Amino acid sequence: MRCFDVTRRSVPASLMKLYKSVILNKQIHQPPMLIEHKHTHAVNILQLFTISTAHIIRLHDRFKELDTERRGYLCPQDFGAIKGLAINPIGDRIIGAFFSPGRETVDFYTFVKILAHFRPADNIRPKESSSPEPINSRTNKLKFVFQMYDLDKDGKISRIDLLKALRGMLEMQVTEEQLDSIVDRTIQEADLDGDDAISFEEFRKSLEKVNIDHKMSIRFLR
Amino acid sequence: MWGDAVEIAAVVMVPGSQARLDSGFMETSVLTSILCSPTLASSQQQSHFRDRGGSHCGRGSCWQGFICVAAHIPARISGFLAQNQLAHRTTWSDNIVSGHQTSIMDRLKCTTFILFLMLVASLLPLGGHASPPEMGTGNGDTGHKPNYTKKAFPVLSFDYKNVRIPFEISLWVLLASLMKLGYVPPCQQPMALNNSLSPRGVGQCPEASVKLKKASDTQRLLTVPLRFHLIPRVSNIVPESCLLIVVGLLIGGLIKFVGEDPPVLSSKLFFFYLLPPIILDAGYFLPMRPFTENLGTILMFAVVGTLWNAFFIGGVLYGVCQLKGVNLENMDLLSCLLFGSVVSAVDPVAVLAVFEEIHINELLHILVFGESLLNDAVTVVLYHLFEEFSSVGSITVTDVFLGIVCFLVVSFGGIMVGAIYGILAAFTSRFTSHTRVIEPLFVFVYSYLAYLSAEVFHLSGIMALIACGAVTRPYVEANISHKSHTTIKYFLKMWSSVSETLIFIFLGVSTGGRRAQLELDLCDLYGVIGLTLVINKFRIVKLTTKDQFIIAYGGLRGAIAFSLIYLLDKDHFAMKEMFLTAIITVIFFTVFVQGMTIRPLVDLLAVKKKQETKRSINEEIHTQFLDHLLTGIEDICGHYGHHHWKDNSSDQIKAHPFLPLFRLNRFNKKYVKKCLIVGERSKEPQLIAFYHKMEFKQAIELVESGGASKLPSAMPSTVSMQNIQPKKVSQDRALPQVSKAREEEIRKILRTNLQKTRLRLRSYNRHTLVADPDDDGWDDFLIKRNRIKDLDKMSHMTHHLTVPAPPPDSPTIARARLSSDPQAWGNKPVIEDIKPVTGGIPTIKVELASPQSPESVCVVDEFKKDSNEQEDGLVMKAMSLVSKKDGTGEDDIEPQQRLQRCLSDPGPSAEEEEDEPFLP
Repeated sequence: MRCFDVTRRSVPASLMKLYKSVILNKQIHQPPMLIEHKHTHAVNILQLFTISTAHIIRLHDRFKELDTERRGYLCPQDFGAIKGLAINPIGDRIIGAFFSPGRETVDFYTFVKILAHFRPADNIRPKESSSPEPINSRTNKLKFVFQMYDLDKDGKISRIDLLKALRGMLEMQVTEEQLDSIVDRTIQEADLDGDDAISFEEFRKSLEKVNIDHKMSIRFLR
Repeated sequence: MWGDAVEIAAVVMVPGSQARLDSGFMETSVLTSILCSPTLASSQQQSHFRDRGGSHCGRGSCWQGFICVAAHIPARISGFLAQNQLAHRTTWSDNIVSGHQTSIMDRLKCTTFILFLMLVASLLPLGGHASPPEMGTGNGDTGHKPNYTKKAFPVLSFDYKNVRIPFEISLWVLLASLMKLGYVPPCQQPMALNNSLSPRGVGQCPEASVKLKKASDTQRLLTVPLRFHLIPRVSNIVPESCLLIVVGLLIGGLIKFVGEDPPVLSSKLFFFYLLPPIILDAGYFLPMRPFTENLGTILMFAVVGTLWNAFFIGGVLYGVCQLKGVNLENMDLLSCLLFGSVVSAVDPVAVLAVFEEIHINELLHILVFGESLLNDAVTVVLYHLFEEFSSVGSITVTDVFLGIVCFLVVSFGGIMVGAIYGILAAFTSRFTSHTRVIEPLFVFVYSYLAYLSAEVFHLSGIMALIACGAVTRPYVEANISHKSHTTIKYFLKMWSSVSETLIFIFLGVSTGGRRAQLELDLCDLYGVIGLTLVINKFRIVKLTTKDQFIIAYGGLRGAIAFSLIYLLDKDHFAMKEMFLTAIITVIFFTVFVQGMTIRPLVDLLAVKKKQETKRSINEEIHTQFLDHLLTGIEDICGHYGHHHWKDNSSDQIKAHPFLPLFRLNRFNKKYVKKCLIVGERSKEPQLIAFYHKMEFKQAIELVESGGASKLPSAMPSTVSMQNIQPKKVSQDRALPQVSKAREEEIRKILRTNLQKTRLRLRSYNRHTLVADPDDDGWDDFLIKRNRIKDLDKMSHMTHHLTVPAPPPDSPTIARARLSSDPQAWGNKPVIEDIKPVTGGIPTIKVELASPQSPESVCVVDEFKKDSNEQEDGLVMKAMSLVSKKDGTGEDDIEPQQRLQRCLSDPGPSAEEEEDEPFLP
């Protein structure tokens, strides 16, 4: 974690004070405060996701930036305004991943929580096995991706899920027939129990050789 | 003189090939020689050519020996060519173009020969330069051959002197371009190979394979002659710059052999004409984000590293000189330091040339590139400083202090000058709307002025150019038309690559011409120095050791150092000659040894090659998915977003001295923009261009999905795709368990068709224009999205309101068949002529693939079709409707609607009526 001059940033003063105290008192590895406190989120963020304050602040800036109407939460439209996301073939899914079913908004806590998946794995793995698996572990990252495939939320990547994903990603010269055959082949390849769908276990197996940590880490969240 | 050259070339050509050439070719060559050289006009007998030419050459003392040598090689080559009947009644250059059928070897020889001729032609004038008296008399041919004076009126007069300089310049440039042509960057080779190898998997279906073979044949025919391999294998190992230097050496040696002084890369030529295009190109295309992101590191490298290098090398050199005492005692400390400062300048030209070829990790690239750009300021200052000191003799503390101040002034002054000119250029471009043609010129001229103005005050011209390019770009891009922008881009690329080639060739030539005065011990000494210089470039940065090593290793020296030394005043520096030799040694060492070994090293060390071997389809798909995901998340984090300064101020930029400047920039952006950018006006053409591109793509898509296999070879993947397709359909449903071959096929489809994610760091490449993601990605995406929506709509429609359709075709096929079947089109009235659509909007014509349907689809006219042609009009309409409805950004909808209104003649109301039935 880089040392960082917090004072220069435009962070809510209370939040900042809290961050500072947390850092100074080295409370990071203590269990989260469960009391109803207006700073709970902040502490939670720090503790659960082990993101450095600098990054929290940065993300907070970004959050405020996206939140053009200063509502304190983001709507899908706010994400849609990001140009890069609009041309992303799976942009809709990415946006969807931020919104838990039935909710139309995402607050900063959830925002960070989602993004925390993309932290690179820590080099120094804490040996205490008692602590829950960090959110940026391989399994959690994979789960995140898996859920993005699984549009109908049935816990499996079905034919249709895969078809939709592929149609987005493939160039347009690919015909429907080819698409079909690719999907068939993909499912055949990964499907171990013969239910014509890919379960999470199968998904993980098929990606065994891929360096997920490398593929799913953002540089600046280091 | 030129006539002489050609004549000699002709002479050279003729005798060797005499035996084999048929009379037709003979005639041609005689004709050319007669045309080109009046001196030969009198001679009718071919057999006299040799003698004539020989005696004629004897006039110029230098040529005789040359001819003897020259006559052999090309004679053999031309004989060879004649044997292959390549040269049949065509000119030499035509051979190159039309020689598809011949093997690469033939082509190679052909090229070498052309090059050689070129050289001959360009050398002789140069050679003649050294013998002025002969030139003076030999020039006017009339004076030489008295029997010509009788001519009453000079029908064909000859005056080479007039055109000599531009002619020679053009020849050199031509030579450079030809060299460029002959060199295939290693990155392109495998692609070409892949393409030609593609038909392998289709063996079962003879028809398809034949088709494919044809397609790939035509493809090869189209591609190969354009990039024939001059040196097929070597280019894999040797960087282009090395080859160029070698060529330069050869030419230099040749000139030397002829007995003339080779042209030296004069520092004036270099600094005023050759360097600016390269630097401007670098500055203009500077990947701003990664550059500023790593600015701290780059500055660190550039300033501290260069200083350290200069003093360290200077010190070591001095120490060695004192120690050994081998005729080097007269070397004083200042000279050593001067040498150190010059040699510590990493040359952007050399570095870029090598690094671009090895396709290194972009972070490293930008680090080394940035360093090489910026450390110029350091070097120039140090250089001037030491030069000054050594001429004065004594150094005081104030001098040192002033030196530091000078450094700051030089670098910031350069930037200031550049920025001022950049703003001026931007401001000027505000008012160029009515003279679009000269728009690009402003960019060039202002930049060049910036460079020169900076040089006036001995400020860093390089810095000025970079600053100018970087400042100008965003504003100018907003102001000028799309086409002007393209022009700028291509011109910059063209100039920079040609002048880069020229620099390397000249470097070789000037070296080849020097006396080989490398004393061995000196050579050793400087080899060691070069190594230490490499090693001590390790510095304290948060990079992996491998990265550090590559950065250190990538520090190549080039022409800048050479020119600087060359500039030295001989009166003050007795050692100048030795320095020159030394610097050439260092340059050659770095460019050749390091340049050649860096690629294997990169392969060996860090950059793990992605293992192509056994990736399952799942992996293939999922990795792609992950890439997209990561890009999307990065966008969300704004890591590379608009508010980059803000995001980034947290990191390295804090160390950046211009931070306030940037902040100011951000704050004032709207004001500055208001000043420098004209409002919406300029947006319009771009939008239209984009729109057209989109429509064009849709049209192409229509045609190609109709099974047309005669696509332009620009889209290799589609060709193969279309041909693979039929077999796939038949096989797929039948057997669920598929063979290896089919799996391969799927894999190939995936590999070729999975959309590439945008580059994380926009890479910079001097040789090609990197596709701007804002340009192309956006278009592609929109088109694609429209298509998907359209597809959904179609399937929706077939489900609900359908006629029981006879063929069980998929919607795509059905649609394609409808729209591109010539038969279906045939009986429809097709609007042939393009009506003058509202003022100046270009229209797009798409040739249907099948030749028997001569009608062209005018996309714009599609809108005007009557409703009784609904099946045809339907596709386009549905699409455009979707694009209107579902345009991703809200701001897109408005202009697009406007556009459609202005693109469709009858007016919006009719169109909307038509469209209504297709709304869900």
